Amino acid sequence: MLEVIGVSKKFSATKTVVDDVSLTVAAGEFVSILGPSGCGKTTLLRLIAGLEFPDSGSLRLNGQDITHLEPHRRNVHTVFQRYALFPHMNIFDNIAFGLRCKKVAEKDIKLRVEEMLELANLKGQGGRLVTSLSGGEQQRVALVRALANMPNLLLLDEPLGALDLKLRLQLQQELVAIQKRVKTTFVFVTHDQQEALNMSDRVAVMNKGKIVQLGTPNEIYEFPKCFFVASFVGGINSLKGTLREESGKFLCDVDGLGLYFVEPPNDQKISGSLGAVCLRPEKLTIFSRRPTTMENVAEGNIRALTYLGTHTQFEVTLKNGNNVTVFQQNTQKLAKKVFQAGDRIHLGWQTVQSHYFPENQLQ
Amino acid sequence: MGVDRNSGFTALAWFWIVSLVAAPLLYVIAISFMTRGAYGGVEAVFNLENYRRMSDPQMGATLVSSLGRSILLAGLSTILCMLIGFPLALFLVFRAGRFRSVLFFLLIIPFWTNFLIRTYAWMIILSDNGWLNHMLEKIGFQPQSLHLLFTPQAVLIGMVYNYLPYMAMSLYVSVEKLDTKLLEAGADLGAGPVKRFFQITLPLCFPGLIAGSIMVFIPALGEFVIPDILGGGTSLYVGNLLAQQFLTVRNWPFGSALSVVLILFIGLCLWVFEKVTKGQTEDLLA
Repeated sequence: MLEVIGVSKKFSATKTVVDDVSLTVAAGEFVSILGPSGCGKTTLLRLIAGLEFPDSGSLRLNGQDITHLEPHRRNVHTVFQRYALFPHMNIFDNIAFGLRCKKVAEKDIKLRVEEMLELANLKGQGGRLVTSLSGGEQQRVALVRALANMPNLLLLDEPLGALDLKLRLQLQQELVAIQKRVKTTFVFVTHDQQEALNMSDRVAVMNKGKIVQLGTPNEIYEFPKCFFVASFVGGINSLKGTLREESGKFLCDVDGLGLYFVEPPNDQKISGSLGAVCLRPEKLTIFSRRPTTMENVAEGNIRALTYLGTHTQFEVTLKNGNNVTVFQQNTQKLAKKVFQAGDRIHLGWQTVQSHYFPENQLQ
Repeated sequence: MGVDRNSGFTALAWFWIVSLVAAPLLYVIAISFMTRGAYGGVEAVFNLENYRRMSDPQMGATLVSSLGRSILLAGLSTILCMLIGFPLALFLVFRAGRFRSVLFFLLIIPFWTNFLIRTYAWMIILSDNGWLNHMLEKIGFQPQSLHLLFTPQAVLIGMVYNYLPYMAMSLYVSVEKLDTKLLEAGADLGAGPVKRFFQITLPLCFPGLIAGSIMVFIPALGEFVIPDILGGGTSLYVGNLLAQQFLTVRNWPFGSALSVVLILFIGLCLWVFEKVTKGQTEDLLA
């Protein structure tokens, strides 16, 4: 189990890169740290690896304080962003490097490396030079080089970032499968929300040096705690307005459009405050006539649409000039498009499908 | 147009090689087969005497001992330059921070001063009444406790001083290209600082080390000015032997024959260097 307790790191007096971060990762768990570039996620990873030391706070691994332990003395290994394979060694020697540092007997090393080569799908290729490997192969060698040492914790710093999309998707699956097999704790840093949602048991979303939300992929996507999480993980439409209270219910008054029911978080239930109704594109439904089954309806025109097979993406301009994006599943087999560009339509949604965020969170 | 310009460059390169490398070399080889004139000139009479003379017992012994001394000196200088140059290069790249370019500049500055002046300056530092002895006296040693000037040690100090920048710069280039992520990966996998140096830094900087060694060893082998000034001419190095033939004895044909032998010897050294390092540098270039 890894415990990060109130860890901060400054690179200069004014530049706090990691700001009072706390995080607990259970043994065998796959946790992703997700955030935009510059949010401090790589620094947090380097602090856990021991490649940087925190200014304050502490780190514990399986109950042992590792805050000031040198990297080569902690049983934590890292898969680096660009793999950092040793170019002057072949695959075998790369994988054996950590074991040789631990002075494991050469015949045990041989067995272990063979096992790792098999895990990496590179059986019998230990003699190849790492410079002759493809990106995907290098990535797998980097992974098993770290795993060969049986770390308590494996850190992965955007390990798939340098690969093309197709290979990335394939390796995402492989990585999860390997993690389930070896049962090692994985902390995975990425800026790719799909990757984080797809692979992790839990996701920690970081922004400006802080973890802004920690939860399962579902929680992060469906119940974002703030506008940053909502907009960074998945697409979001926002309609700005003023919050009003009417007989215990809260409504957002959007200029030139109408009143919409919202469920603001408890600390934001302030009548008269500014905020926005936020809607995921796939939660909206398009109707040709004003629907009676929906709690909230907005009128608009279809500005453009893109037919994508599984779904159609609509760009809708609402009555007040706001532009929103809507995804509709193509559940029916239809030869023609139901809606055309220029059509006057109504968008409907249920209150529970929407989010409300105060204005100070909106960019 | 492109073709014309290319052939122009090629012609220039050939002109350069022929006039500045091949012609002087052939001239030396040609002279080595000629006869010395009565007044130190060269007479165009074919003659193998110059080469035969190297095998006569007295001359042969002088040649072998001076060559041996030069190899020892050049070898020691190369090793000392490595031992000082590697930490220096590592310091410049990894520790010097924003002073890096200033310090690198300081490494080059001595080249602005004439080589002879720099070497004479060491006489002032090393002599019995020199700065070094004064300094030692100040901190409590006997007056004139070190007798360095005109000893082989003084020659070695002068050699290391003069050749260090070549080694340091060539290593600097290698160390600068070193991917620090690899060192981090090494640390991450459990390698301590010593292991990281010998397993990662050293093998990856090997080409720079070899280039630096060649740049130090080869000129050091023929060096005669530093042994003259700081060694006081007390021991004969192969460079001195050569210089004597040209400047003092004025026996150009014999001096040329010695030069040819030295060139062949250096060629042999390079060939051995190449053989020894071939596997390693090729791995890195692959």
